[in-house]
Amino acid sequence: MISDVPDSTPMPANPRLSALRDQIARIESGGKRARGILPFGVPTVDRRVPGGGLALGALHEVAGGGNGAVHGAAVALFAAGIAARTSGQVLWCVTRADLFAPSLAQAGLHPDRVIYAEVGDEKAVLACMEEGLRHGGFSAVVGEVARLPMVASRRLQLCAEESGTIALAIRRWRRMADTADFGQPTASVTRWRITALPSEPLPVPGIDRARWLAELIRARAGECADFELEACDEQGRIALPADLAHGSADAGTGRLGAIV
Amino acid sequence: MRALGASAPSSETPLVLVGRAGRKRAILAANTTALTQGIAPGMAVAKAQALIPGLVVQDTDPQGDAAALERLAVWAFKRYSPVVAADPPDGLRLDMAGAAHLLGGEPAFLSDISRRLADSGTAARIAIAPTYGAAHGLARFGRSPALVQPGDLAASLAPLPIAALRLDAAVIDGLRRLGVETIGELAALPRASLALRFGPEVGRRLDQAYGRVSEPFELVEAPELVRVRRAFAEPIGAPETLARYTGKLVVQLCEELERQGLGARRLDLLFTCVDNRIEAIRAGTARPLRDVKRMTRLLCDKIETIAPGFGIELMTLTASIAEPLSYRNASSLIEPATPDLSDLVDTLANRMAHGRLYRCAPFPSEVPERSVQRVEPLAPPLGVTWPADWPRPARLLDPPAPVEAMALLPDHPPASFTWGGVRRRVKRADGPERIFGEWWVRDGELSAVRDYFQVEDEVGERFWLFRRGDGEDPNTGNHRWYLHGIFA
Repeated sequence: MISDVPDSTPMPANPRLSALRDQIARIESGGKRARGILPFGVPTVDRRVPGGGLALGALHEVAGGGNGAVHGAAVALFAAGIAARTSGQVLWCVTRADLFAPSLAQAGLHPDRVIYAEVGDEKAVLACMEEGLRHGGFSAVVGEVARLPMVASRRLQLCAEESGTIALAIRRWRRMADTADFGQPTASVTRWRITALPSEPLPVPGIDRARWLAELIRARAGECADFELEACDEQGRIALPADLAHGSADAGTGRLGAIV
Repeated sequence: MRALGASAPSSETPLVLVGRAGRKRAILAANTTALTQGIAPGMAVAKAQALIPGLVVQDTDPQGDAAALERLAVWAFKRYSPVVAADPPDGLRLDMAGAAHLLGGEPAFLSDISRRLADSGTAARIAIAPTYGAAHGLARFGRSPALVQPGDLAASLAPLPIAALRLDAAVIDGLRRLGVETIGELAALPRASLALRFGPEVGRRLDQAYGRVSEPFELVEAPELVRVRRAFAEPIGAPETLARYTGKLVVQLCEELERQGLGARRLDLLFTCVDNRIEAIRAGTARPLRDVKRMTRLLCDKIETIAPGFGIELMTLTASIAEPLSYRNASSLIEPATPDLSDLVDTLANRMAHGRLYRCAPFPSEVPERSVQRVEPLAPPLGVTWPADWPRPARLLDPPAPVEAMALLPDHPPASFTWGGVRRRVKRADGPERIFGEWWVRDGELSAVRDYFQVEDEVGERFWLFRRGDGEDPNTGNHRWYLHGIFA
């Protein structure tokens, strides 16, 4: 899944502009080589995200929309899907132990791959994440925090750059009133908001695959975008809803027979 | 205290231990059965035998008792605290200051040590107090187990009898004759006349109990442990100096471990201050460790917790648990190298309470809250996961939140439910998934049933609801609805 070369460039590139962009990227990373990209595997999404996917060795922020900002369920699955598509062990730092491991396994994250750190307060979560990122042995480090001050996010970003581990900060607040905090600037490379959407009705009683509205609220050197997505499958892959991906279903041009 | 092995009489048999008390042979100790039947220590053997027919009489064995106590102290040292001393004839002293948080706090420690001692057949009384004098008295004369906070020290000491102060029997007799029965009454008397009449001992014991003078520890010695020490001609105190000498001790310890082919699983670094206080750092590792850099880092992480006071004159580093260190393949041409996480796990685990760094693993149970067990973070990969045939929510509410729901019995999902004052209309639903109670866990669950439904409301949020009972038979549950988890 991980490729060093982006699959698709954001827009038809002017060669001089892209050369300049590369130069700037080299200056920003302090001479360290780029760490590669983790594409979503959905071309519609990857085309809109700068670099063609989530940058490894960078901090990404995700938060839930609506009630999801408080219970943080969909967003945990979104993060689990991303972590599942990396290849090694994952460190998951929490303050509240309400994460249900079987659901992460259903999003593709095998229980053998996750080490949970249950700590007392948010400061300890940030310290834990930093320690995990600096170590470099993990393929992803996930932390659930409400407040992410600029200084803390900058530290996480630097540690992630150093080791090449992808850092995911799940923003989860205690009260709806605190969610305005999400507007504050941080050093993260991308910032996502995941909101539950009504799923497609089935012709029989039951529930179809869950649907999310994924908003890319902020992307460094990129533009905002929003996508309607289907939730992670058992390998952590998101998908486009069928009606959007293929247009409306048309009558096939196959050969049909009828027997009476 | 002593193990009698298989020949031991059962605890219902009255048993007394007989030894020399002064010039006559008398009963020195008796078990609970004997005590309830009227035996008291100090009684003549013949009188006791007349009281209880079939009394088992055995000789005391002071040396054996002392050796057993020493073994128990070594056990407590390995398991609970780096600072442990045997307190003959029948006590143990533990300094829990630097160790209780690793066991999950003092109440958790109390229940753990009581359970383990009871399991091994040792009757024990336990107290934790700010001073050793107070803990000693409370364990013997107070309610067990006792946990006294620094603010309650004086209040908890006052009602204890003066025998709790570790004074000579003659002094206690004398004080009783004066009408002094409790420590509170004794502490209220003028100190000068007490010292004139009974000597300085009474004042010293009182001060030790109230924490006005320190009480040095005679640490338990376990000769088989790998231990290095360094004494300083001039006391040291600066954190940088402590860190430097910690590094030097670690190098020595690693050389010693290498000679014996061992790796350390537990490190205890003790600082003896000039005023005879002992400060301790305890660090554990997930795998046997013999790496100078990592050991130094683990220990230096906690140097800030050390209060050197007037200075430190002796540092002792012990590998209190050491295991053979096996060799590992450094690299292989066939498989990609897996990164070694043990150093990070050690660093994090020593910062937080025990059991807070873990991996989840499936546990064979259908009940959702029982289906997850925690395993050690570096346990070998189990390769198993939960069955994927039913969806499970990302967040599990513990305990399940009661909700008001409207549903058709017996097997329809709710049409709407109210949680936290908000009414949600159910647009789509899936279920029921029936989960039966586990009678082998609790008797009450013999006929219990839960019916789980996954429901989606108008805005697309998904919830995991269950109803107690199967909707028909009231024996299976009371048909109340609960919210157990949130999908999205």
